[in-house]
Amino acid sequence: MSVVSASDLSLRFGARVLWETLSFELERGELLAVLGPNGTGKTSLLRILLGLLEPSSGSVTIDGTTPAAARSRVGYVPQQRIFDRELALRGRDLVRLGLDGHRWGAARLSAADRDRLDRALDAVGATAYADAPIGRLSGGEQQRLRVAQALVSEPALLLADEPLLSLDLAYQQVITGLLDAHRRESGTPVVFVTHDINPVLSMVDRVLYLAPGDWAIGTPDEVLTSEGLSKLYGTPVDVLRVRGRVVVVGTPDDQHVHHVGHEH
Amino acid sequence: MFVDLLGQHFVHNALVAGAIVAVVSGTIGWFVVTRSASFAVHAISELGFTGAAAALVLGIDVVIGMIGGSLAVGLVLGLLAVRGRERDSSIGAVLAFGLGVGVLFLSLYQGYATQATNLLFGSIVGVSDRQVLELAIVAAIVLTGVVALYRPLLFASVDPEGAEARGVPIRGLSVAIFLLLALTTAEAIQVVGVLLVLTLVITPAAAAQRLTVAPARALLLGVAIALVATEGGILLSLAKSWPTSFFISSISFAVYVVARLVSARRTQT
Repeated sequence: MSVVSASDLSLRFGARVLWETLSFELERGELLAVLGPNGTGKTSLLRILLGLLEPSSGSVTIDGTTPAAARSRVGYVPQQRIFDRELALRGRDLVRLGLDGHRWGAARLSAADRDRLDRALDAVGATAYADAPIGRLSGGEQQRLRVAQALVSEPALLLADEPLLSLDLAYQQVITGLLDAHRRESGTPVVFVTHDINPVLSMVDRVLYLAPGDWAIGTPDEVLTSEGLSKLYGTPVDVLRVRGRVVVVGTPDDQHVHHVGHEH
Repeated sequence: MFVDLLGQHFVHNALVAGAIVAVVSGTIGWFVVTRSASFAVHAISELGFTGAAAALVLGIDVVIGMIGGSLAVGLVLGLLAVRGRERDSSIGAVLAFGLGVGVLFLSLYQGYATQATNLLFGSIVGVSDRQVLELAIVAAIVLTGVVALYRPLLFASVDPEGAEARGVPIRGLSVAIFLLLALTTAEAIQVVGVLLVLTLVITPAAAAQRLTVAPARALLLGVAIALVATEGGILLSLAKSWPTSFFISSISFAVYVVARLVSARRTQT
């Protein structure tokens, strides 16, 4: 059975139609990249999968149930946003919230949960700085801790919303490597929203490309072609492969950065 | 002389009332400091003053007026401000107006001006048995609330995006923390007065967070610092008849300065 099953989703804000009849399935162990320019509803799609936003029509099931009911089995890695330097919190505390932060009351961790916490910190290589003030860590170290927070509850599905934004190349590779290794070992599928396919190109199974008013899904080779994207955008677009990187030229939206590679 | 005073009933009441207020202030303080909501505390306390002044004019219980005023502002701020720091100017505008209205109420009030002075600067030595009981009840409500909401409140305070994704009701919790803060503020006003609420709600928690980053430990340390400041302040004001609020704020500030020095040294080495 598919972990995620989305059928006939549409999303409209007022008169603006973001997408219609969007359907896809996500199998165990799969990594799906969600690509597309700003304003095409990439983050909204994640919010629908988290049960925080209702689609205008259509339905989603996660692990056989509604997104809201499945929420405690979904790990989420948000955009990297730097923590306040003075915040009185350790990395260990942030990761722990992924285990029991949604439960009411105050309680100590059970021995089993303490063990899971230590393993999650170890899995992302954060053990050495787990007890340091989180605001003093680098952006990449903080993002590793967010990955650990998403993994610690051993979720059935991982969602990541631009997790590489404002990270340098070395840390981009660390974070993508962590997510890739995890889905291979545990079979947890990953939905990875990004504006730049290149950091994840080698590990992506399929791409969901959201263009203004239309969408396409398939392997990178199927979707990221000149014909495919030209059809999606309704205007001539060239897709080039340069030294193993995908470069898209001629999209109407010039802020659309994944054709440039790196904006930072 | 000092020892004689220690046997007095009103001194006992003052010490018990001070302890109650210190415990709630220190507890709530952790969340307020983490959410950078110091300014909101100030707004809530000043509008608590407006509520109290209105109560004086209307001839109803001052504490009721104060709690009413604080809760009203706490509710509005909680609804508006999921993040405290973004709302600076709107809080400033509201509190300045509220304070103006409070001044009007005070001028309309024909009774003793000491009532007003007590509100502004605190009046710990005149606490009655009944007031101690009231303080204890409100404190029990606040502490029960914090314990019941502890983990999601922590989550929503430090990592709102992550918390929302896990289904933690961040908006509802924002309202809840501001309502608990409003009750705490109404308590603290009775000990240190409107103008010095920050000395119990902010300073001890801020000092504690400089000394330890583990949330639960910092919270308890903040409570301990608030206790030392309040009880120490009350005792010192018995020995030398300067205002209690002065001593409380001095001890609290001294601990804060030391905590900053210690943490600065620690980050250097």
